[in-house]
This record gives sequence, structure tokens and C-alpha cells, in this order.
Amino acid sequence: MAETKPVLMQGNEACAEGAISAGVRFYAGYPITPSTEIAEHMAARLPDLGGVFIQMEDEIASMAAVIGASIGGMRTLTATSGPGFSLKQENLGYAIMAEIPCVVVNVQRMGPSTGVPTAPAQGDVMQARWGTHGDHPIIVFSPASVYETFYLTIAAVNLSQKLRQPVIMLLDEVIGHMREKVMIPEAGKLLVEKSSDNIPADWKPYDEKGLTPLVPFGFGHYYHVTGLFHDQYGFPTGDPTQVERALDRIHGKLEKYRDEIVLTNYIGHKEPRVVIITYGCTVRSARAVVKKAYWQNRLPVGLLSLQTIWPFPGKEVAAIAKQADVIIVPEMNMGQIVGEVERYACGNAEVVPLNRYDGEMMSPDQISELLGRWL
Amino acid sequence: MSNRQEILLTGAGGQGLILASIVLAEAAVNDNKNVVQTQSYGPEARGGASMAGVIIDVDTIEYPKVTKPSVLLCMNQASFNKYIPKVEPGCTIIVDSTFVSGPYREDYKINALPITQAAREQLGREVVANMLALGAINAATGLVDREIFRESIFKLAPKGSGELNQKAFDLGYRLYNEGMGQNLGISSQTPQ
Amino acid sequence: MEQLTQDYLRTKKLPHIWCPGCGNGIVTAALVRAIERTGYDQSEVVIVSGIGCSSRAAGYLNFNTLHTTHGRALAFATGLKMARPELKLFVIMGDGDCSAIGGNHFIHAARRNIDLNAVIINNHIYGMTGGQHSPLTPTGMKATTAPGGTLERAFDLLELARGAGATFGARGNAAQPRQLEQLILRAANHKGFSVLEALSPCPIAYGRRNKLGGAVEMLREMKDSAVSMEKASGMEPEELEGKTLSGVIFSTEAPEFSEEYYRSIGKA
Repeated sequence: MAETKPVLMQGNEACAEGAISAGVRFYAGYPITPSTEIAEHMAARLPDLGGVFIQMEDEIASMAAVIGASIGGMRTLTATSGPGFSLKQENLGYAIMAEIPCVVVNVQRMGPSTGVPTAPAQGDVMQARWGTHGDHPIIVFSPASVYETFYLTIAAVNLSQKLRQPVIMLLDEVIGHMREKVMIPEAGKLLVEKSSDNIPADWKPYDEKGLTPLVPFGFGHYYHVTGLFHDQYGFPTGDPTQVERALDRIHGKLEKYRDEIVLTNYIGHKEPRVVIITYGCTVRSARAVVKKAYWQNRLPVGLLSLQTIWPFPGKEVAAIAKQADVIIVPEMNMGQIVGEVERYACGNAEVVPLNRYDGEMMSPDQISELLGRWL
Repeated sequence: MSNRQEILLTGAGGQGLILASIVLAEAAVNDNKNVVQTQSYGPEARGGASMAGVIIDVDTIEYPKVTKPSVLLCMNQASFNKYIPKVEPGCTIIVDSTFVSGPYREDYKINALPITQAAREQLGREVVANMLALGAINAATGLVDREIFRESIFKLAPKGSGELNQKAFDLGYRLYNEGMGQNLGISSQTPQ
Repeated sequence: MEQLTQDYLRTKKLPHIWCPGCGNGIVTAALVRAIERTGYDQSEVVIVSGIGCSSRAAGYLNFNTLHTTHGRALAFATGLKMARPELKLFVIMGDGDCSAIGGNHFIHAARRNIDLNAVIINNHIYGMTGGQHSPLTPTGMKATTAPGGTLERAFDLLELARGAGATFGARGNAAQPRQLEQLILRAANHKGFSVLEALSPCPIAYGRRNKLGGAVEMLREMKDSAVSMEKASGMEPEELEGKTLSGVIFSTEAPEFSEEYYRSIGKA
């Protein structure tokens, strides 16, 4: 691990710096609150690193430009918020289908529609999962701190490259905008997992034998990239066998590397009666509660925080449900991830939603009040 | 949790409160403390009301929002009216008497200091009122080691203005201490 | 010619999906010949396309080929060009793809004057979806979504490009493939955003509905109505009625975006 030093850093800035540390040298974006600081930071930093910053004409173009640059061999990032995330969905699906790596940041704001641009909410959880059409796989990280934002962005870039799969950083406005003391490596230290340099002579862009690294355009491999269902050379096909195989392929790689993708963290009692399951900034409130209830008062309470929300950590939730009587799911929406928790709890524990959707952050008091019902 | 200090800086947009909160947070980081800084966003931050929060703790900071300020700075009348009813007795309150005229409550210890006026008259620059306020806050609370604070200010100040900003910070200390000594800054007027 | 076919066409992917009488094949062939004449290395050429009949051309060309989403070809190409400015990009679009759903990207690529060669195959109709009117369908012409003839006015694509800042604009047609080849070559050699509008017949979805005859009649009409810039300069406005300007319509110089960018960061 590279040398670290304490600095004060904003969440959005940490996202940009994490991307830079992971080798991202191309950013295309469009201004939107509350994600704009990421673009501004990239605009200031990338030129000095020989990278490309470009402000595109709209959100759709930003997503397209990022995919184009990835095909050119650059590590890429774009950032947006709700309305822009909606506009990016079609090309996000393209990147999934064509297996082009890229990282898309959505600093969530209160919606639907223009909503409250500066207010925090976690309303895009399902959009991040199912926003683009078709039966597609997706990876979504949800950091709970500036520190996690930095390191999860690095993980997002590296996973994206390795799996040739777009990864979404789903930030909360609270996390994106707050400044916090973090220990991170000195600027410029690279934390890149290099993809393979060995390109076999019979390289195929979508080799049916499994994952192959992306050979950028311009190196003599005359393959085809399309959003249509395609064969292992990238050429369009409507053949049912090949169509099915192509869909299995893009889902299968996430299943194969599931344990590298799915990140969770449990703190609290070894045999908990009540467990809080949450993600993003809500983890902060929940941790304040659990620290007091368990560390100070030794109550049978635990917290499972989800750094990865998609693919959903079903295995982890199922294990919790077998131990606990009650699972509380605080979210800053009207109930999105709670449905998944219920699905994996299989009736082994009572699943109780706790929702806040007034544009304010969930407070520890709200959680402890509910927790008090069982303790 | 008992070490948790919540500082709320309030006033009007343009008074440099967001910057002050970042400087305070940086200084606390340099003093080896854990820090979270938050601020109000949106159109209101571009001219209307401005608010920034800083939480300092030796322990890990979980919930990042200010709920029970241990320090409150009010740089204009509107913020004074809005936030005074929200703090509990025991909170260290510093108000800029250049813009705030009370009413002051007896059960609250309120340090009314002519922050902006002093910046204008003694340093010739109103823009450094925010650093002056930080000096007063630190004099009242000792949140951050004074020398580390001064160094942090120098590092963060725009090129060429480091010393001026440090002077403002020191003046904040003096204003607070003189106010204490002469019992001028501490008002205990009863409202209504 | 045979060698060209072997090198630059993915012969295994042929026959193509285009209808009998379609002009897309003629334009694609002219593009291949023009690329050959540029002397570019095969590995530095990239074909980018959008969605629609014409955009399927990318799949038949033996280069690095990128078949993107509807209307977004220029935005993908902008990202690729900025990442790899040494690559030579040809962006094939249809009239609806480029000027309707992709209109915003078109004007902004022109504004940046980024070194991309846009080849717009204009058959005045959405062919793939069966004949809906596009922003380049002339007023009064019929389409499945304008059964009584469209009331809307058409863009003059090249004037739109010029107004938005493009530095090269030319128009050719499928009836004059040698001229088309020459124009694509000139577009390729031009540094900056160049726009080549290639008029092309769609006898199935456009000609039949508008009683324009078959492919032969449509091609003949294209050839007859084409007037070169030189010839047009000596003609009266009345004489030009119903004619189509052809050849290089404009060619100017302005700073090219990718070069300016890399120079600005000290890498050019």
C-alpha cells in the first residue's frame, strides 16, 4: 500500500482523485448539481496529467464520448445526477452490451424530475439497477464516507477494466458534498490493476471461452463493436443460440467474480436480535446508533452496511436473517432496497422499513427510536 | 461522543463563512483531529443566507450533520434570529455586533464582538472578518492549537494575503480577550 | 478493385441487408475507394456509425468499426478522437440519425471543428423503420407518418453545418459515384469537421410512396437535378429552382479541436 497522509477532502473530490489514482485520464461530462465538483476537479487536474477533459453538449453525449474514449484505450469517468443519469441510460446499456469499461457517477439528489437539486435522497437505487432497458447486469457501489468514496472509485475503475463492464458509483449528496479527514496516498500514486498485456494472435473481442481484455482500436484487430446482439467477433446475430449465449456471457462474468464485487461490512453483536441493513450516508446514522447500543450498552444489535448494492448481497442478508429476529432497513426513499432484503430474508426475520423522504438526512434519533421497540 | 464539538457558522452569503469552515476544518486536521465539514448549498448560498457546520472529534465521526451546536457564530441579524432559539444553554455564542443588535437573552452567554467593524477599521479589509471570527472562536474554545491554526490559515490564504489573514485571526483573539477583560463584548441584556 | 474488396470489405458478412435499388452500397463503395486513395494505414482508420440502414455499412467494412446508438455516432466519435487523435474517423449516418435525434451532436461537432469526416447518406426518409419523414424530407413529400405529405420544412444540412462552424461541406449523389469518391477524399484531406451529404435513393420506402419511379428513375433525377457550384454561379435564381447544388459547397480553415486541446496541455 502506498504511503498515506491525512487530508481534508470533499466526497466529490475524493471520487475524482480516486479515479485519477486508478488511472482515469478521460472525463466527459455536463454540469449538474450536486455532482459538478467532480467535473471541475477533473478539469483542473487532467490536463496536467496529459489527460482529456471535455464538457459535452449534453448528458447523452457525455456518456457516448466516454465509451468512445474507452474503445480508444483510455480509462474513463463521467459524473452526473438524477436527471442526467436518466439521460445516460441508453448508452449505459450500450456499454454493458458491447462490454466497454467505464465508471458512471450518480450523485443522487431528491427526485423525481428536477426535484430538489441540493437535497439528499437515495431514490435512484432501483434506477441504478434497472434504468437501462433489457435484461442486463450492473455493478453499483454506495460509499458511506469520503474515504470509501476514494477507495470504491478505485475498485470501480479496476473492476470495470477487468470485467469490461460499466460500474456505477451511487453517491449521496451528503457524501459528495461533505468534507472529511481522510488518509489517502499522495496525489499521483497509481493504484492501477493493470489489465493483461498478452494479447494472443487469435484474440477475439467476445471470446466464447471467457473474458478477454479489450484491445483498443488502432492496433490492427479489425473487430466490430455494436449494441446489437453479436457473436464472438462482435458481428450482429439474431441466432437464438448465440443470443442466449451472449446474455449468459454478460451475466456470467459478474457471477464468476461475485466475491470480488460484493463488499459488505458487519459490526456489532455476535448473536444479534436486531440488525440494521443500510448503505450510503445512512450507514453513518446507523453506525452512531449501533456504536452506542452495542459498544456502550452491550445490546444485541448489529449493522450490516452494504458498499455494494448491486449485485445485491443476498447471501449476506440471508445469513443475517437466520440469526436475527428483526431487520431494520433505513433508507432515504419510500422503500427500495428493503424489497431485496425481504426477498433474501425468506421470512426468517421480520423486515421493517424505515423511510425518510423529506430531503433531509436520516438521523440517528429516528433509527434509535425504532430500534427501541425491540430492545 | 463527549469530545464531539459541533461548530455552526451562520450569516449572509459573501461573508466568507464557507471558506472559514474549510479553514477551521483544515486546521483541525493538521491538529490531528477527526473532522467533518458540511455547508448549505443551492441558490440561497449565492447571496442569501449562508450556513456551514464543522464537527471536530478525537473519535471517529459518524453522523456528519450539526444537531446540537457547541459553538455558534452569527454574522448577521437574520442568522441570529434563526439560530439562537435552536441552541441550548452552554453553547458558546459569538455574534458580530457590527450587524447584530440583539435581543440578547440572559440565560445565554453571548459574546457580541464588532468583528466586521474591527476588520475594516484596524486592518482596512472587511473580507478578513471571517478569519477574525475564527480567531475569536478559537480564543473562546481552544478547539485547535493556536499555532497550528495560524499556519493553516497562512497555507490556505490566497497568495500574498497569508500574513493579513493571520493578523485578522490574531485580532480575533484580542477582540475576544479584551471583550472578556473589559466586560464589553459580553452582553446580558434581557429581551423584550 | 478486387483487391480493394478483399482488403476493405468483410466479404463473409455479405450479402448486405440493403434493399434492391438502395444507394447505400454505392456510397459505401465510394467511401472505400476514397479511403484507399488517402493512403491511410488500414489500422488507423475507424468507421463509426449510428443506427439505421446506412449505419449498417460499418459492419461490412474491414476496419475498426463502431456501430453506436441512434443519433450518437458523432458523440462516440468525439470521445474516441480526443482519446486517440492520430486515428482517422469516418462517421456514417443517415438523414434522420444525423439531423433529428443526432442534431445536437451534429451542430456541436461542427462548432468544435473536430477532425471527423461525417458522411451523411440522405435518402430523405427513415428506411429501417419503414418510411417515416425526417428533417431532410422535402415539404409536401409523403411518408407513413405524413400520409398527406409533410408540412414541415427540411433542413439544408450543409447550411446548418456551415452556420454551426463546420469548415468543410460538400454534396454528392449516388448517381455520380466518381464525384462522390472525389468529394469524400477531399473531406478526408480537410483538417477539421467536414460534412459530406450523399444523396441516395430509397425506392422502397420513399420513391414508391411518392411516385418517383424505381431506382433507375430516382438516380436519373438525382443526376439531372445536380448543378455544380461553378455552373450555378452563372445561373438565374429561376433556373436554379428544383436543382441541387453539388460539389464542394464550402471550405474554410479554423483551429481544429483535438489539436488545439493537446497543444493547450503541452502535448502536441
